[in-house]
Amino acid sequence: MSADQTITAVAAPALPRRRFRLPLAGIIGAGVVGFWVVIAIIGPYIVPHDVGALVDDDLFGRMRWALPLGSDYLGRDVLSRIIIGARYSIGVAAAATFLAVFMGGTLGMLAAVSRGAVDMALSRFFDALISIPSKMSALVVIAALGSSIPVLVGTVAVIYTPGAFRIWRALAVNVNALDFVEVARARGEGTGYLIREEILPNIAGPVLTDFGLRFVFAMLLLSGLSFLGLGVQPPNADWGSLVRENINGLADGALAVVMPAVAIASVTIGVNLVIDNLPGRWSSTGEH
Amino acid sequence: MAPLVKVENLRVTARDERGRLSVIVKDVSFEVQPGEVVALIGESGSGKTTIALSLMGYARSGARIAGGKITFDGRDVLSLSKRELSSLRGRNITYVPQSAAASFNPARPLLKQVIESSQIHKMMPQAEAKTEAVALFRELVLPDPEHVGERYPHQVSGGQLQRLLAAMALVTDPKLIIFDEPTTALDVTTQIEVLRVFKKAIKERGTTAVYVSHDLAVVAQMADRIIVLRDGIIREVDATGRILSEPKNDYTKSLIAAAEPHTRATAPGAIQTKAAPPVLEVKSVVAGYGATDRDGVPVLPVLRDVGLSIKAGTTLGVIGESGCGKSTLARVIAGLLPAARGEVLLDGAPLPRRASQRTRDQLRRIQILFQMADTAVNPSRTVGRILGRPLEFYHGLGGDQCRRRVAELLDMVRLPAMMAERYPGELSGGQKQRVNLARALAAKPSLILCDEITSALDTVVGAAILDLLAELQREVGVAYLFISHDLSTVKAVCDEVMILYAGQMMEHGSRRALGQRPLHPYSDLLISSVPELRQGWLDGISENVLKEASVGVARPGRGEACSFFERCAVRVPGRCDVEPTPLRSLTKGAKIRCQRTEEELIDLSAR
Repeated sequence: MSADQTITAVAAPALPRRRFRLPLAGIIGAGVVGFWVVIAIIGPYIVPHDVGALVDDDLFGRMRWALPLGSDYLGRDVLSRIIIGARYSIGVAAAATFLAVFMGGTLGMLAAVSRGAVDMALSRFFDALISIPSKMSALVVIAALGSSIPVLVGTVAVIYTPGAFRIWRALAVNVNALDFVEVARARGEGTGYLIREEILPNIAGPVLTDFGLRFVFAMLLLSGLSFLGLGVQPPNADWGSLVRENINGLADGALAVVMPAVAIASVTIGVNLVIDNLPGRWSSTGEH
Repeated sequence: MAPLVKVENLRVTARDERGRLSVIVKDVSFEVQPGEVVALIGESGSGKTTIALSLMGYARSGARIAGGKITFDGRDVLSLSKRELSSLRGRNITYVPQSAAASFNPARPLLKQVIESSQIHKMMPQAEAKTEAVALFRELVLPDPEHVGERYPHQVSGGQLQRLLAAMALVTDPKLIIFDEPTTALDVTTQIEVLRVFKKAIKERGTTAVYVSHDLAVVAQMADRIIVLRDGIIREVDATGRILSEPKNDYTKSLIAAAEPHTRATAPGAIQTKAAPPVLEVKSVVAGYGATDRDGVPVLPVLRDVGLSIKAGTTLGVIGESGCGKSTLARVIAGLLPAARGEVLLDGAPLPRRASQRTRDQLRRIQILFQMADTAVNPSRTVGRILGRPLEFYHGLGGDQCRRRVAELLDMVRLPAMMAERYPGELSGGQKQRVNLARALAAKPSLILCDEITSALDTVVGAAILDLLAELQREVGVAYLFISHDLSTVKAVCDEVMILYAGQMMEHGSRRALGQRPLHPYSDLLISSVPELRQGWLDGISENVLKEASVGVARPGRGEACSFFERCAVRVPGRCDVEPTPLRSLTKGAKIRCQRTEEELIDLSAR
């Protein structure tokens, strides 16, 4: 029949194969994030001074060759402290976020696919968790267990798991209602396959955006904990505590307070630039 | 006489996500005389809506009117300022969109929205506009015209909502009304009354109208002149009668051919397996949604005591209006919605109610195809992987074997083998539906449940899919349960037909029996409501049909009583709405569910 020919004839000329290409903004973001990740890894080998060493007689000393970013409120080298702080700020926040998104995401998709009683039980459990004030519960846990990196990671992860669960579940529920999931279900596919093959690839974009946001929140929460003295313990410090401990220098415009803040901002913006510019099905708008 | 609308060399361009520019309307010129109804007809993507919108100087986001001239009532529309355009829109030119439900604000009462444009243009005081609107409601045969305006959009039916939209368009007494597929989303029995009142309103007021549609039979009732469009180019312009009787353009001819019913089902002689046991049997199934009561019957029963059987290699059609339970029936058979009562038998053996409890082989033998081809394929997997999964899952194929079979399957559904590397987003609607079909075939099923599979496709593309279905049935001997709201489609592909109304089976018989009287009163209404491809059909239909059609919405009756009672022309009050309705066998070989006996029905239809 003629219509048949029309249909095959309509087939568009082969499109260029999809390649993983980032727009300029995405490349800039990836560069910034990559820079900080490298710094976090090689930090201890390149620091000009020891983090705890008092190297300047002046407090909030100015920039000079030996101290490129000046000194802090005790006369320690700011550059060294920021380089070491990268480990804590990025490392702890990233580990905690990964853990939170992994737990919340898996359970969220499980709830969406299983529906019924499983969904109800998981949702109510996380509703209960979400109702506990996050900073309060962090304080209690850390006060009880003492502050160490694993405890910090675990606490922050638990705090952000209910939120991740909510988002992943909401996104997965939408996809779960689509016909291709029904088709797979009618084929007899198990829950694992439905989650892995049918749901996950179709929510990848929005979920990554959520990851970026949650990473930023985790960094801020860690800074808050450090402010209360429950975060990373001295003489080490994450960027949040660097800002806090040097807050007196703000009036003088000391780099000791400005630079850690710039570092936090650059990582935050970098992560979000990358995530917002991901192409194809990774894109936050979910276009294909 | 000067034309009311004059379009000269209109050119509209659009930019897609990749930033490529394409021309969607190419050098279109036409005129609309005052008092004339001109139809723009074409498939999706033909530019019909784009042209209609450009008459108001409007282009959808992403599109741009790149050239040409549009004169409306002596004014050059394209050179008007924004302010001048808004004084034109909603006052001199009004627009009736397709989806009435999406076009009303659900949070405001209907009357306020109907008179809104007259208030914006400060044409008349509010009280006067309200009287005008009520008069319109009466003219458009809306029930309770005095008070219907106080209701909210969700409180009236789809057909009523569409008429309220028309009232909204008419209230400013515009010079031109643009109807954009106003009845496409409606059921046939609802469509007929909406068309009637639209036609009457247009005729009495002598309004000029542009009617956009893909349905030639509907257009034949409404339009004086038809413009046939394809790919943004005018293919043919002529008076309605001449387009229908002597089309000149090949494309027009193919449109008419696709609209005319032609039978694809196996010839009656070809079914040798008449005596063979049915591949699928459904016995008095009750299913629905919501909480269940003590007997296990859900609060919202959608299917009430439905039974059917399909013989191997044949097609059973299920027809009914939206909400009658057609799709629920498919979901019950596939095990996606467990039935509350009754059973489903595959080759005589009862199937567990839930898909998760069925064996892999039972699952393999029943495959399901959905209406929305777009959502029925996973957009982030390639076609090859989509088709490969059932092969791997049911038949354990892998690697090269799997790839070869995928190519074979693509060939079976007439798609090139290189499609295997494509993502669904790169395919057209018809191609996606073919991929769906190939995925179902991959399982080597004995039965495919087709749920409205051509409804979302253009006529010509849909017709090609139907041809393919018939061909595959001859080749591999698969049986179909073909669900549709479209009688002519069902007649074209099915050996047997079942008519469903509000979850009850009304008539079940061979395709031929559907053409013979006596019919169940609902079958009769349904059949006489399908627009025919000839002018004057709408004016010729009996008042009786309209009387039935214009009564309210489908509502499941109480208990075992007839759910069609309220709309039935031959009902017996006190009996039909109280007593359980018996199942009767007619001499023509069909079964109906009705209180009336065969003799009574013959008698009544003769009158």
